[in-house]
Amino acid sequence: MYEILKREEIAENIILNEIKAADIAAKAKPGQFVLVKANEQGERIPLTISMSDKSKGTITIIYMVVGKSTKIFSSLDKGDFFEDVIGPLGMPTHIEKLDRVICVGGGTGIAVLYPIAKGFVEKGSNVDVILGARNKNLLILKDEMDNISKNLMICTDDGSDGRKGFVTDALKDELEKEKADLVVAIGPVMMMKAVSELTKKYNVKTLVSLNPIMIDGTGMCGCCRVSIGGKTKFACVDGPEFDGHEVDFNELQMRLRAYLDREKKSLEDYNCKISGNR
Amino acid sequence: MADKAKKIPRQKMPEQKPEIRRSNFKEVPFGFDKETALLEASRCLKCKKPSCVEGCPVSVPIPQFISLILEEKFDDAIAEIRKKNFLPAVCGRVCPQENQCEGSCILGKKGTPVAIGALERFAADLEINAGKKDVCLNVKKTGRKVAVVGSGPSGLTVAGDLALKGYDVTVFEAFHKAGGVLVYGIPEFRLPKTIVEYEIEKLKSCGVKFVLNYVIGKIKTINDLFEEGFDAVYIGVGAGLPSFLNIEGENFNGVFSANEYLTRANLMKAYDSDYDTPIAVGDNVVVVGAGNVAMDAARTALRLGGKNVSIVYRRSREEMPARAEELHHAEEEGIDFKLLTNPVKVLGDENGRIKGVECIKMELGEPDDSGRRRPVEIKGSEFVIDCDLMIIAVGSGANPVLTRSEKDLALTKRGYVEADSETGKTSVKGVWAGGDIVTGQATVIMAMGAGRKAATDIDRYLSEL
Ligand SMILES: Cc1cc2nc3c(=O)[nH]c(=O)nc-3n(C[C@H](O)[C@H](O)[C@H](O)COP(=O)(O)OP(=O)(O)OC[C@H]3O[C@@H](n4cnc5c(N)ncnc54)[C@H](O)[C@@H]3O)c2cc1C
Ligand SMILES: Cc1cc2nc3c(=O)[nH]c(=O)nc-3n(C[C@H](O)[C@H](O)[C@H](O)COP(=O)(O)OP(=O)(O)OC[C@H]3O[C@@H](n4cnc5c(N)ncnc54)[C@H](O)[C@@H]3O)c2cc1C
Ligand code: SF4
Ligand code: SF4
Ligand code: FES
Repeated sequence: MYEILKREEIAENIILNEIKAADIAAKAKPGQFVLVKANEQGERIPLTISMSDKSKGTITIIYMVVGKSTKIFSSLDKGDFFEDVIGPLGMPTHIEKLDRVICVGGGTGIAVLYPIAKGFVEKGSNVDVILGARNKNLLILKDEMDNISKNLMICTDDGSDGRKGFVTDALKDELEKEKADLVVAIGPVMMMKAVSELTKKYNVKTLVSLNPIMIDGTGMCGCCRVSIGGKTKFACVDGPEFDGHEVDFNELQMRLRAYLDREKKSLEDYNCKISGNR
Repeated sequence: MADKAKKIPRQKMPEQKPEIRRSNFKEVPFGFDKETALLEASRCLKCKKPSCVEGCPVSVPIPQFISLILEEKFDDAIAEIRKKNFLPAVCGRVCPQENQCEGSCILGKKGTPVAIGALERFAADLEINAGKKDVCLNVKKTGRKVAVVGSGPSGLTVAGDLALKGYDVTVFEAFHKAGGVLVYGIPEFRLPKTIVEYEIEKLKSCGVKFVLNYVIGKIKTINDLFEEGFDAVYIGVGAGLPSFLNIEGENFNGVFSANEYLTRANLMKAYDSDYDTPIAVGDNVVVVGAGNVAMDAARTALRLGGKNVSIVYRRSREEMPARAEELHHAEEEGIDFKLLTNPVKVLGDENGRIKGVECIKMELGEPDDSGRRRPVEIKGSEFVIDCDLMIIAVGSGANPVLTRSEKDLALTKRGYVEADSETGKTSVKGVWAGGDIVTGQATVIMAMGAGRKAATDIDRYLSEL
């Protein structure tokens, strides 16, 4: 059992939980994730370790409520427990000192990006950050990113914060302005695809973090397989980060739809159940 | 005696009828009742040099335990089995007896062998039903600590043996439940999970600690374990890396590894509507492979609502590696066998969902390295099987999660851990290994046998420290 020490809705439908998990906190590195299961009947859901505190023995997860499992997570309060938290899983990000890293985050991908951006800053790299969201209410970790980055640029679809438009517009300007050694792009699949296509033109190495459906997270089921440079890789053990120029994003998008109908139904049933109980 | 054995036919376990069981997850055979067990036990000739024992990888004292059953000393019978076999209720159910104990029984030469597996199961089930757990009373503690990585049959055996010798044992398991393949792979209708739970409870009552959700190599390295005060480490992490066919279209939705399909169904209980796990139910299901794993996947898909379930296998019937009983049960349940057939391409629709498999017919050529005749393609014989679900069960390899983090651990070319076949010792001092991570996917009893040898050697090593 893993106690929830903090629950906060940091943006519309986006929840932050701080969890007591000392052994995981002691080993967690940027780029790694945990699998979280709420109760005996629950699914094992992969979520990035957005922050970790060795001295307090805690890790922080930030997630968007999209389906039944994340809805159940969001119903848990401070003092409640997750039945299972497994990690840290996945390969840590290869972090080095670089002259210029541009970190591009979209939606809840920003939660995944934050520990990586922070890791590069702590290694002495210069980090510029571009964040995107549909509107200002959906933007997360803005202040945290502002604190660590050299430059923070915001893009919203409706112009309610920062520049109106997509992160790729801002990234293009930045790449024109000055050379970058690395772009790290994390967000919706189609955003990572667009960024990777852009950076390819500028010949800038690009890391993306993939989020296929997972079960065990230890390389045992092959459910999380992705095609990288024409080869099959398991995102949970070989990734979740890969070279954006090698990823087959269309296949990933297709595979993420595997259980769409069933998941929609499962959420609807759950919503009926909780409203019925009221 | 011999005459008597001839007169009494080999007793069969009653089982659920195929039409009924194909839509439930309850165990298929019910086991012997006392009368049948006594009758079957009376068939054994109690050979002076029992060939059956030579066929058993862990040398269970077969004539002795069968005699004790006959004398209705059931507690003594199970104690006799347990001297060699740590998981009798499991092995009685899942050992490939026809290649092992029963395959070597003298009666098999002339007619039908003694149903050794069924008798072993009978004795073990009596014990479980009686709920006996106090096996570790008065064990003197050695004060030494052993870490076991992986809670499959191999790790559980090491834990049990060493706990009985007074060691302080902790088992670390990556999953949220202990038991390895016994809980995530082998389905409920073949091996009820309560049996595995019983054995694990028993270990707990002997003081064995289970730490779940703990992936060694990630949350702790083996070195960390030594630094935390463990004196020896046993690696029994299994061979769980699923192999795929590497053919076009394999990543379409609706194509699964058997590991994924079975894990969703067993460990995550997708068949139970109270659980949130989604699973694909196909009308037309193709399962590739012909081992136990393939049979389990096919029969699970059938029970989850599959209408036409086929096994596609590139060799012929004789080469099928599954247990005879599983093949028989699968056939009875209406699984269709498409032999000498090999998939070459998965076909999908515009939404990325599987709609069929293109296959090619095969014929048997010259024997290959395994001694079996090599299947070769018949040119121009391609045809398509329409299907909406495909499960791949063509074997598995060594999982690299642990071994990647242990640079000093010597591995074979294929990534398995190198360990001495007699002692299980690895290239790292204080570290032993056994089971599927050493041999590649084998059997429950082989994994247990390796665990037992390692436990003996760990005990020797620690008493000399
Ligand atoms: C390594 C890794 C790290 C992740 N980190 C985070 C994180 O830090 N914060 C966060 O909010 N999410 C993260 N995700 C995504 C998260 O796991 C999914 O949002 C979650 O599984 C949804 O579960 P659910 O039952 O609530 O929704 P479901 O009912 O399973 O799905 C609802 C909707 O989400 C889609 N979906 C299902 N699984 C995924 C998935 N793996 N990724 C994206 N969409 C999915 C479905 O197609 C459906 O449209 C991560 C995924 C991976 C693989
Ligand atoms: C579907 C299926 C059906 C089978 N049917 C039969 C049968 O009928 N008869 C038979 O004799 N054999 C059968 N087998 C084979 C048999 O189950 C295996 O040979 C046996 O389970 C191997 O035991 P093991 O202890 O080596 O490993 P496993 O049973 O594989 O257990 C290994 C355990 O280690 C855990 N683990 C892995 N990595 C780590 C890590 N880094 N840290 C912590 N824990 C870790 C795993 O989660 C797992 O629980 C079958 C196998 C399968 C998959
Ligand atoms: S352990 Fe397996 S092989 Fe040995 S006697 Fe029992 S059923 Fe037969
Ligand atoms: S070989 Fe057959 S008959 Fe002889 S002791 Fe073994 S089981 Fe009994
Ligand atoms: S989640 Fe099972 S192999 Fe990656």
